[in-house]
Amino acid sequence: MRPRPLVPVLAAALAVVALQVAVTAAGREYYLTQTIMAAYYAVVALGLCLVMGYAGQISLGHAAFFSLGGYTSAVLTTADLTPLARSGWGGPLLRLHLLQARAGLYGGETIGANPWAAFGGALLLTFAVALLVGYPALRLKGHYLAMATLGFGLIVYRLLLGTNLTGAADGITGVPPWRLGFGLEISGDGAQRIANYYVAWGLVLFTILLLTHIVHSRAGRAFRALHGGETAANSMGINTAAYKLRAFVLSALLAAAAGSMLTHYSGGIGPSEASAMKSVRYVALVAAGGMANLWGVLVVSATLNFLSLRGCFGSYDDALFGALLIAIVSLAPEGPLQPLTAQGRRLWSRLAGHRVMTTPEGPAP
Amino acid sequence: MTPAAPLLVVDDIRHRFGGVQALDHVSFGVNRGEIKAVIGPNGAGKTTLFNVVSGLIRPQSGTVRFNGTAISGLPPYRIAGLGLSRTFQTPSLFLNMTTLENVMVGRHVRSRAGLLAAALRLPAQRREERAIHDVSLALLEEVGLAAAARRPVGALSFGQRRMVELARALATEPELLLLDEPASGLNTRETDDLATLIGRIRDRGITVLLVEHDMSLVMDIADSIVVLHFGVPIAEGTPAVIRNDRRVVSVYLGGDFADAASA
Ligand SMILES: Nc1ncnc2c1ncn2[C@@H]1O[C@H](COP(=O)(O)OP(=O)(O)OP(=O)(O)O)[C@@H](O)[C@H]1O
Ligand SMILES: [Mg+2]
Repeated sequence: MRPRPLVPVLAAALAVVALQVAVTAAGREYYLTQTIMAAYYAVVALGLCLVMGYAGQISLGHAAFFSLGGYTSAVLTTADLTPLARSGWGGPLLRLHLLQARAGLYGGETIGANPWAAFGGALLLTFAVALLVGYPALRLKGHYLAMATLGFGLIVYRLLLGTNLTGAADGITGVPPWRLGFGLEISGDGAQRIANYYVAWGLVLFTILLLTHIVHSRAGRAFRALHGGETAANSMGINTAAYKLRAFVLSALLAAAAGSMLTHYSGGIGPSEASAMKSVRYVALVAAGGMANLWGVLVVSATLNFLSLRGCFGSYDDALFGALLIAIVSLAPEGPLQPLTAQGRRLWSRLAGHRVMTTPEGPAP
Repeated sequence: MTPAAPLLVVDDIRHRFGGVQALDHVSFGVNRGEIKAVIGPNGAGKTTLFNVVSGLIRPQSGTVRFNGTAISGLPPYRIAGLGLSRTFQTPSLFLNMTTLENVMVGRHVRSRAGLLAAALRLPAQRREERAIHDVSLALLEEVGLAAAARRPVGALSFGQRRMVELARALATEPELLLLDEPASGLNTRETDDLATLIGRIRDRGITVLLVEHDMSLVMDIADSIVVLHFGVPIAEGTPAVIRNDRRVVSVYLGGDFADAASA
């Protein structure tokens, strides 16, 4: 049962490079902007795929976790922390680079959190909130998580809209670039577009690599087992409540990380990122990708989000994702790609059939 | 505790579902290394008893002790971790996984790699995975299903699924194995193989407690038998004793298994 995701990941990396080369050669680099954004949204969908497709739990709050990450980064990096810097804490915080100076809006300098520190803060906050939301809901059998996360998402949306600190309906703009080192930075600067494309897609491929490893491990089998039969899983020694919570928290962290990075790329974030329709969209993408199918979810989510960001769906944007979800749940609960992947698997096992019989290590699943 | 103390002690268990007294003052012990059978008519409370012992049901009164520890009230996963494993009357496999993966799930309690070690595929995690794989495949071989290792478990026949469930339970390396009607749905040949297999399991030092309606199988392999009738334990003893117990014969066995003496 050795997972061998390296081959598909390398193939995908080649495709990523080829796409960039083609787009640049065609002189249409502006397409990369939506490709970059679609990549970050794909990370959210991949995390949700672990929860929904593998662990069998439904979260209707992933847009809220994405926003939690994005807003924490935005607030901490744009707030004027000069008073903090001048206080007794200022010296050590500046020396540890947890605070950084930036050009003020009206000249001069203001001091805000270092994007790395803000990112750490975003993950810590998301970790705590995901535990708080998930713990009570996941101790029970049934779809309590869907209800708890739906409520949580609505609360986060309302809070963002009603709070001055988060810019109310306008959201937050002027989020500074995130310097990653080696001359790379996450920012909307046109000169950095290709670099940002590789950062975003690097994150996607790294995420899918880690998730594939997890799916084919002791923990991943525990996730799939509790999905396949909670009572049997529990009787086989799996603390099902704890594993459900682990999958949920991990995927919330992935959503927050994507939110934080996309916020630096876009230079801001608005409350619509936290809307219930956005959460439904992530759920629809996982369903359309085939539920327990990381690559399917990646392909579907990158494609549909790219088209949506290009404005291809016009004013039907939200309706389209809602309709997609309804269509899949009622017509093809295994996902529209299922016949395709089943066919592919059959073909593969026929081609590799000989090896399956003679070696203990079969082909990668 | 002395080595002679029973591995499992069921002490005065009562459990009621609405108007049905499923278990009524049930007490008995299971000695180390024996094969013990629980028999009785449909609805006698046998599965309920297994659910109480394995932690799926918290009994309304009474206690269960395993290896000297009170386990009634513990969640099932903790009880499994203590070395008690089970199969289900209706095979309860993970249909979203392959046959081999189903057995590998049984190794959960005997391994420890966490999420981070798995994500990064640390060397210790890889070694552990390899061991889990090898042990599980060997168990599938033992139940004659190694060839089906990579097939989705849903593609297997009913009898094969029973065997996968047995392999999965064995993968936890239990001290006590609970089998709920392991022979039901099996054909004669499969039942014979099962009897041999249960004997081998016992010889390996695993204590077996089984519920079974196939009386020739029970009389063949059980060292002792407890009989439930409407939740009440009405008799306990060796197969010879049970066969000749007037009450057991009249409420459950009928004439087929009674020796001439009891008639
Ligand atoms: N979850 C439940 N809710 C209500 N009643 C139940 C429940 N489980 C079992 N019962 C009842 O308790 C009694 C004992 O059931 P149990 O399943 O333990 O019997 P059994 O001896 O295993 O029977 P069989 O040989 O048919 O498997 C039956 O009357 C059954 O209807
Ligand atoms: Mg039963």
